[in-house]
Parts: sequence; structure tokens; C-alpha cells
Amino acid sequence: MGEAPHVRNPLPGAGGGQIGGIHVVSLAPGADLTGFRAAARRLIAANVPPEQVVWQTEAPSLFGTDTAPADGPPLRLPRAVTELIPMVVPHRDPERYGLLYALIWRVLASERALMEVASDPLVHRLHRMRKAIGRDLHKMHAFLRFRRVPGEGRERFAAWFEPDHHILEAAAPFFVDRFRALTWSILTPEGSAHWNGALAFGPPGRREDVPEGDGFEAGWRDYYESTFNPARLNLDAMRAEMPRKYWRNMPETAAIPALVRAASARAQAMIEKEPTMPAKRDPIRAVARMSQDEPDSLEALNAIIARSEPLVPGATQAVLGEGPVGARIAFVGEQPGDQEDQQGRPFVGPAGQLLSRALEEAGIDRREAYLTNAVKHFKFTLRGKRRIHEKPTAGEVSHYRWWLDKELDFIAPKLVVALGATAVLALTGKQIPITRARGPAEFGRPFEGFITVHPSYLLRLPDEAAKTVAYQAFVDDLRRAHALAA
Amino acid sequence: MRKATRRIDPAAGVFIFRSMDEKLARKLRILADAAKYDASCASSGAPKRKAGADGLGSTTGAGICHAYTPDGRCVSLLKILLTNYCLFDCAYCVNRRSSNVARARFSVEEVVTLTVEFYKRNYIEGLFLSSGIIRSPDYTMEMLTRVAKKLRRDHGFRGYIHLKSIPEASPWLIEEAGLYADRLSINLELPTEASLNRLAPEKDGAAIEGAMGQIGERIVQAKEERRRFSPAGQSTQVIVGADATTDEAMIRKSALLYGTYGLKRVYYSAFSPIPDASSALPPQAPPLRREHRLYQADWLIRYYEFSPDDVAGAADDGMLALDIDPKLAWALKNRHRFPVDVNRADREMLLRVPGLGARAVDAIIKARRHGRLRLDDVARLTSGLKRARPFLIAEDFRPTTLTDRLDLRMKLAEPAEQLSLF
Repeated sequence: MGEAPHVRNPLPGAGGGQIGGIHVVSLAPGADLTGFRAAARRLIAANVPPEQVVWQTEAPSLFGTDTAPADGPPLRLPRAVTELIPMVVPHRDPERYGLLYALIWRVLASERALMEVASDPLVHRLHRMRKAIGRDLHKMHAFLRFRRVPGEGRERFAAWFEPDHHILEAAAPFFVDRFRALTWSILTPEGSAHWNGALAFGPPGRREDVPEGDGFEAGWRDYYESTFNPARLNLDAMRAEMPRKYWRNMPETAAIPALVRAASARAQAMIEKEPTMPAKRDPIRAVARMSQDEPDSLEALNAIIARSEPLVPGATQAVLGEGPVGARIAFVGEQPGDQEDQQGRPFVGPAGQLLSRALEEAGIDRREAYLTNAVKHFKFTLRGKRRIHEKPTAGEVSHYRWWLDKELDFIAPKLVVALGATAVLALTGKQIPITRARGPAEFGRPFEGFITVHPSYLLRLPDEAAKTVAYQAFVDDLRRAHALAA
Repeated sequence: MRKATRRIDPAAGVFIFRSMDEKLARKLRILADAAKYDASCASSGAPKRKAGADGLGSTTGAGICHAYTPDGRCVSLLKILLTNYCLFDCAYCVNRRSSNVARARFSVEEVVTLTVEFYKRNYIEGLFLSSGIIRSPDYTMEMLTRVAKKLRRDHGFRGYIHLKSIPEASPWLIEEAGLYADRLSINLELPTEASLNRLAPEKDGAAIEGAMGQIGERIVQAKEERRRFSPAGQSTQVIVGADATTDEAMIRKSALLYGTYGLKRVYYSAFSPIPDASSALPPQAPPLRREHRLYQADWLIRYYEFSPDDVAGAADDGMLALDIDPKLAWALKNRHRFPVDVNRADREMLLRVPGLGARAVDAIIKARRHGRLRLDDVARLTSGLKRARPFLIAEDFRPTTLTDRLDLRMKLAEPAEQLSLF
């Protein structure tokens, strides 16, 4: 910011005279981080100790604008120091540059870890300055109020704020991040910031440049008044966090005197008032009805599931379970695949067709069984135009678990067959390897359990011989399950 | 009479509200008043976010208080109820169905408008939405979630959203709420099942803790899977002084809640006189300082390595002293562990010194690596030296007589009148 800084000897050519060693550095008004950095580099390069530097701020013209000497090499400083500097430079204390330079000097001389010694008087003072800047920034982000600028077209907002320190530039990015889609200006006595898709800084503004009011200020004051609890008056706490100097630029603070005056009377009235009898009749029927709000049938539950949105966006629709209420055997798969997602029915894709064939061979009538999935929406990654199935995470399985539980409550089967690891996870809450747990299982539910592989596993086996063996084992499992469910 | 003015922005194709009408303002007054007994106002803990090109809002992680009311409380979020009509009849609540307070109900659209327009003017960090139970817990929960969803979807809103979850609602509704909210909370309100039965007949302690468990589990899973589910965690509130629960029992309950459900915060709310109070409540409100002491004890457990047993040890008959803070109370009861040498003691013991905060302790540990600390050095690291002095040893200081003085408690106690009610 500002013009190039310059370091000069007030008595050029005087060499080693009595005051000849003094360097005067003149920096731009406000927070001249660039100027300070350049000056510090140069002074360190020239090995100038802090006590031989005079830092001129707020008066750049005093020494003219003669050409700045060449830059020094970058300084290698601990991170704690480089992070501190931009947080102290905006301080209005004229000694800030001198203190920072003294810190840099000591750190480079021998005290690399000086920043760790928070009890050192210099470090302590700089920490306090940093804290003051942090607080000033925080209060500006908190207490600045925008007002809508009347006019047609895009909405424009403007605010007037009076920070304690030179923080406008440091404070602006917060408002950009937050109000990127709006057009706004922040005016301060030292300068102004403007955002209209790009951030620009300009000359100081005046309070009168900001509209006198805003259509929402009365409503905001209403809110402020209503959220105050008169039984807990604590003015010290309020003033400590929101000092009076900020009040004049905050519309809601106009309500404070009246709130405070009335507080104790209001609180006393609440305490003294006798409990009243309910004036309205007791909504007995409504109260009784509210507990019957749970879905009371499979259709009601399915309506809720059908309405739901996929946890991972992309699926066309929720795929509901299929089969009669009261089915003796229920099958739980993983999640709908590409075909299922398009048709809205479970087990209609390649794995579903394989399951149908195996069920038939095992003597199970698919129409009399209940088939459903642990997860109700298809999750995939796009590869070209193909939608490649993606395994649901444990969190996604838990997310859908409630519906599965409820569904099975309505169906009330004698036996539930978990097809694959995801179904087992959904039914037991545990990750259990299928190969070891295959067969009858205890799910800790009101129905018997059975674990086998998912039919898509059979499709994925590369070797035809292995496929045949595995398929036969799958049919055998289904036959056993069928017998258990009988 | 104020009238709303609004028109369609030709560029954006959306309604732009220029002001609020009197009807909306009246609802706001009623529904803000009805929501203020919830102590939580935090807007912290959300992952850092910035507004998208067309969106609105950001979160910084730390939370911002945009104003303070004369009760010293922070105004960070627009804290309102969707409605204060309620079918429940909780004795401590201003909105119980048998109360005669004025009632109102916002539409989803109205809450969205207020949030967006207040946010644009930099009045708030976001929304904290709760509601009385209308029609049914499920219906109410769906309405709350609809507001959050509309803000996120239709307005690209990236500010903070805290939703009150209704534990009696179906679990899948909580699953959905967590997708849009930064924080979910369920208020336990009363720390024991017996008190719940007596004072909040429609509530069910098991349902409350079941829902907390569900939320807690989902938050952990989502973090592992890098998904978004209530990223700023969950919190709860308990009312202090509405039943006979002791401070010790309260703190033990909190420790259990932190441990079991991974709660971010337990808020303690001294039950406050409310308009149209129920006769089931004790006639006298508890001193606000009791609430303050509970917060301090809670803090000791979360950040100072105190156990619930330590807190119990600082209390008398289960109640914390009102005139001194619990850390000092513990120190006075454990004088044999003091004074502590700032140049040698380990972190755990330094944290036990009254007047030394966690930050001061960390600064001491760093600084003493580079030289022995004198009392002046310690004074620069903490603002609590006056309280710490009798309990510590520095290079040039030893509190020879102070620790044993019987009147130490009196010397260090706060004047009693400061935080009382009137």
C-alpha cells in the first residue's frame, strides 16, 4: 500500500558524525506492510541496529519522495514472527514499526525462539498489540451494519464504521467471503472498500454517504428487544463485550436505555404474578393423536421412503421393497443397481435375474418372498455414459437402517436372509466377513437370520468353473434358508 | 403501521424484500421472546466456508457475536421458534400448551426471508431454529428441516444453521436434518428421569438419549467418511434449579453425556422467571451465580483435566460454593498440593492453580524453557496473578504464609452481590 518507502540518512555524507548513524524510515500512513518489509530488509542488510532507526509514520511528505534504495534480500524469520508482523502493523501506536524491527533484530541476532518467551517485555507488548488488532477486526466483522441503498437494479449495500486501528484492508476479505454475491461499500474515516465482483479501496467516506435507515432495522430492533431477558440484567457483561463507542453505528442499541429502565419492573411482575389457569380448553384429542403419527402400514412407510431424497445425489428414485406383508422369508440386498434405479423395482438387473433363477432352483416362489435392499437409492460414479455402482459406506447404511427395520417390522417374516456384507451390516450393525459367517445367524431380532453371499459376487467371479461351484453353494444356502423358514 | 414492500428483481428473478410488515414484525416479537430461554447461541465449530459466486454466507470456525443485549448475552444467531403453539405441557416452559402467552406461527418462507435479509445486513451469523410441537413431532421436525433445506438449496446459504431436533420424531427425520444443519441439539432440560416424568410428561428420557446416540454416531461416521452431518456437533441444555438435582449430580450427568454421545456443549440455564409461570415450579429462581459455577465446573472437566470426582471434592454436600469458583474451592480443600513451582511443575498441576488459565499454562511451559520465571514474568502471562499468588512459587517468590492463612477464602471470595438477580 502507498508509496515506496525510503530509508535515508538525514545527514548524507556526514559519515560517522554524532548523529550520522541515525536512519530515518518514512512509511505511508496507515498499515504500510509492504513499506515496512522493504525497510526492514534493507536495514538488516545494512546491519543497522534498532536504536539507530527513527520510524516516521503518518507524514510521508516530510522527507520528500526521493528514490528508494534497492531492496535487501528477504529475511529468514520463524513463522511465529512472520505471522505476528501483519497483525501488528495495522496498530495505531506510532511505535509499532520500531518494536517490530527490534523484535526482528533480536531474533536474527541470537534469540531465534524469542517468540516463545511470552514473558519477555517486548514480546508481551507485541502480543498485546496483536490482540488489540484481533479484537478490532473481530468487532468490525461483528458490529458493522449494512444498509440497503435505495434504487432499482442489483441490490446495493453500504456501511459506515469507525475502527480503532488501521484495519480496513485486513477486515475487507471477511466481507468478500461472506457477501460475494452482493454489491457493497464500507466507508471509514480513513478510507473505503468497495466490492462489485472485485475489491477496490478508495478515499475516506463520510457518515452521511450511507443511507439514513433500512427497511429491516425496525424489525431487527424488535428482535433485539424480544431476545433480551429482563430477569437477567447484566450491564457490565454487555459493556465489556460491546463498548459504548460502537453503539452509535448500531441501530439496535437505541433500544438499550428503555430496556434497562423497564427490566426490573418486568422481572418483578413475572415473579409476583400468580400462576394462571389455562384459558383455552385442553387440546386432548390433538395430544392423543400426535403419538399416532408414526407410519402405521407398509404403504405409509413406503410413501415416506419414496418421497425421500438420495443421500448421495444422482439416483432417479427410491427403490422400495417388494413382496407380500406376512411373507415367511425376506431377502435383504445391498442397494439398487442401474436397472433397479431406472425401473424402480428391486432385483431386476443381472444380479436380480441370477437370484430369481437360484430361488426357483431352491424351490422358493419369488412372488411369495419379500425382497428389499439395505440402502434405498442407487449410488454410482459416472464413467463416460456408464453408471458404475459404488458400494455404500457404513454411514450411509446406518442412515437408511431405520427404514429397513420398520419395513421388516411390518412384514414380520420368520427368516431374513442377508445377501452379502452390506446387508449383514444393516441388520446387525457389525462388519462380519461373509465367508466365515455363512449360514444360520443370530441378528438379535424378532426373526431368525441367515447369511449368504450377494448374487453380484457370483457374477464377478472370473473363472467359469469357480462360478458353477459358487452358484451351486448359493442355491444350497437358499434351500437351507427355505427349510428354516418353513 | 409498517407495510412490506417487495418487488421482483428482474436480474435475479426473486423477491427482494425492502422492509417488514407489521404482521411479520409481531410474529417475530412473539417467536423471539418464546425462544430466548434457550441459552445456546454459539455459531462456532462449523468447517470454514465461503459464499459461492451466487450464494450468501460464510463461517469462520470461531463464531461471531453480532450484538449483546443488556443481559450480557451474545446475539449471534437469529434465535426463533417456527411456532410457539405446542402440544406438550412441560412445566418449566413458557410455551407449554397450558400457558396463556400470545401465540404465533411463521411460515417456512417467512423464516427464510428474515434469515436472509438479516444476514445481508450483517446482523447475524445464521439461524437457530426451534419449535413448539404442532400436529406431531414428525410434522414439526419436517418443517424445521424444510427451512434449513430451503436456505441451503434456494439461497445458496452458507451461514450457520442450528436446528433443534425433536427426539420424539422418527429417526429418519433426524438423519435428514443433519445434512443441512451445522449443529443439532436436543435439550435434556431435566437431568433425571423422575423430574422429566413430573415436569415434562410428554417427554421420554430414553427417546432423548436414543436420539443423542443416533446423532453422535452419525457425526463420527460422517467425519470418517468426509461427509457432512451436523459438522459443528451436537449440544444440549439442562435447566438449573427447577428440581432438586445437586451440582455434583448435574456435573456427573454432563460428564456422562460428553463421554457417551460426544456432545460439544452442555448448556446450563438457571430457570428464569417466565410470564405466566406454572405452579409446579419452585417459587424462587436460583441465583445466576449457581449457573455460572456450573459452567466453570464444566469447563474444568473439558479443558483442565478435572474429573467429576474432583468437582465433587470441591463441593459441599454436592453443591458448589457460590462465593468462590470451583477451581479455587478445590485448591483450598487440597492445600497440601500447593504451592506449585511454575518453573518445575507439570502441566496437569499448573492447570490446578487458581488464576492460571490453560493458555497461561501453555505460555509458562514454553517460556520456562528459555529461562527461569520470576513473579514479574508470570504477571505478564496471566491476568489472574492476584488469585494465583498464594498457590505458586516463582524464581524470586514463595508464598510462605499465604497458603496456610485461614482467611484466604475470604480474601479471594468475590463480593456476593455482583451476579444476583435484582
